[in-house]
Amino acid sequence: MAIRLWYRVEKLSMLKNPLCDVADRQGYTVRSVRRKACRHKRRHATCLRNSRLPCHRNKEGDEKPESPGSVCQQTVSSISLVLKEIRVKLWCRSALAAASLSYFCSSSALAEEAAVGSAAVAAAPFNGADIAWSLTASALVLMMTAPGLSLFYGGLVRKKNILGVMMQCVFLMGIMSLVWALWGYSLVFSGDAGGYGLIGDFGYAGMQGVAPTWNGTVSVVPRFGPVGNEIPRSIHMVFQMMFFIITPALICGAFAERMKFTSMVLFSVLWGTLIYCPVAHWVWADAGWCSEFNPKATYRAFDFAGGTVVHITSGFSALVCAILLGKRLGFGQEPMPPHNLTYTCIGAALLWVGWFGFNAGSAMSSTALTANAFVATHMSAAAGTVTWAGIEWLKRGKASILGACSGAVAGLVGITPASGSCTPLAGIAIGFLAGILCFYFCTTVKNKFGYDDSLDAFGVHGVGGTVGALLTGVFASKAVTNDAAKFGLLEGNAHQLVAQAVGAVAAIGLAVIGTTILLKIVDAIVGLRVNQAGELQGLDIDQHGEEGYIFH
Amino acid sequence: MKKIEAVVRHFKLEEVKEALIEAGVQGMTVTEVRGFGRQKGHKEQYRGAEYSVDFLPKVKLEVIVAEDQAKPVIEAIVRTARTGQIGDGKIFVTDLAETVRIRTGESGTEAI
Repeated sequence: MAIRLWYRVEKLSMLKNPLCDVADRQGYTVRSVRRKACRHKRRHATCLRNSRLPCHRNKEGDEKPESPGSVCQQTVSSISLVLKEIRVKLWCRSALAAASLSYFCSSSALAEEAAVGSAAVAAAPFNGADIAWSLTASALVLMMTAPGLSLFYGGLVRKKNILGVMMQCVFLMGIMSLVWALWGYSLVFSGDAGGYGLIGDFGYAGMQGVAPTWNGTVSVVPRFGPVGNEIPRSIHMVFQMMFFIITPALICGAFAERMKFTSMVLFSVLWGTLIYCPVAHWVWADAGWCSEFNPKATYRAFDFAGGTVVHITSGFSALVCAILLGKRLGFGQEPMPPHNLTYTCIGAALLWVGWFGFNAGSAMSSTALTANAFVATHMSAAAGTVTWAGIEWLKRGKASILGACSGAVAGLVGITPASGSCTPLAGIAIGFLAGILCFYFCTTVKNKFGYDDSLDAFGVHGVGGTVGALLTGVFASKAVTNDAAKFGLLEGNAHQLVAQAVGAVAAIGLAVIGTTILLKIVDAIVGLRVNQAGELQGLDIDQHGEEGYIFH
Repeated sequence: MKKIEAVVRHFKLEEVKEALIEAGVQGMTVTEVRGFGRQKGHKEQYRGAEYSVDFLPKVKLEVIVAEDQAKPVIEAIVRTARTGQIGDGKIFVTDLAETVRIRTGESGTEAI
């Protein structure tokens, strides 16, 4: 009891003034209150065991053999008094500063702190290697959105729309980060609202319980991960943030060259909150209904780095966007070749490198699993590159750079869910199959159905993501998962393939239905497409008042 | 005075320029152009979408010369710009009514 009270006093002392007031009135400094509580904490246990030992030292420092029980009681009641007065003051403060977010964060951190207090004081130091790699990986994933994706997509559009595409990527880096920090991370990784494994709650909203706090003596850093490989929770938050940024940016490939900037921003914020967050909770949260980490789940789908969460959701939402927004003006009549494949090639190379952060970083530690994910990722990308370019080579006699780049991305998308459970050799098979299927969808299926998925966001991410999710259930190996219960079809576990399919189908369902509804809402509020004149002029000038290329 | 316009391949431009300077030409204007002749265009494919590119890039030289200089200049261009393949380009020669040097106001062959 007294120990817990002590922690709360310590915590409350962040708000210096109330504690100082009370401490002064009692003739103590803040420090002496703390010291007293500290000594008491150390002796309390002993005095309960041995009633003859004194458990209190008086102000002058003399040992004073008193009845231990009464002294304990004394200290507890004096601390209670302090707390009571502080609570009153706190109440007044909260009334005054109800609208202040910073106050909200620090005061609500109290509850968190009270819960983790004892662990925080005894916390083991972090492993520098885990922190260093996780932070590096976070930066690599951010690099995938811009410059990676913005150059990859930018080169594929016509030159009048390059800034439109780049702006979508760069602006999403801003807006999605804010959304994620304020409520997105919480909706995915905090608790489980309702207990059905569908969505999290607001426990981490406003980064409470994520950012470090001061407990009066030391900084308390919320932790994430298994004991031995713990990292500060803020790294997990920021790493996952980069995924939250790139996912809506991938969808931009489907509505490129025709969607209004305002609509894109509104759609992305809604989409991130209402589609990405639930799916990420299902698949990655400890309480998610199809999460690998939920021992109670019937279908525990493996999605190491976001094949379902990132690529299936973005890919199928992209397909819906392409269909509902309609074709670009002149689609099928006038040529719309990529305006700068050198950009696309640079972008693809940056994506490839960034993907090491995406996949190997998803281990959130520096372990053997990280190494396997890294190697498997590379092998799949390599196989995808050779496959796509090879098909072109066989079919029309020329292997194209766009084909090689597209194949690399297809392979990378395919290995994303599998990188934490499949061997590099399986990675080659996944890259090969993803390459073939994505090629088929981007060239044959798209032309057959006539939808205008401008930059093949569906053809690469939707198809590659689904192929990857399913193949994870085939190739998952105990050798990689290091868990006798986690393996796939080839090792005799057909149920894993079913689990993968269930996860994928659920994500596809929410993505398709949710995106349709969101697009209707956004259409009703601000409209979806730029007007005809704007589209002909190009989004750069029409939406942003700038030109990508001014040569004199 | 004659105006000689020659549409040639990009990579031949330097060679043609050197030959013209040797032939006594004192100045020229060069423009990036696109067009087609018997060479026609080519096909390009991007993720299965095929486009035919009809207009091919070439470079156009414009040289103004006196009557007697026209023949050696044309010969110099033909000699240096030829590869023997389709797409080597063409030379157009027209009579020129007047030339004026803006700085001095000189006109005719003196202004070339």
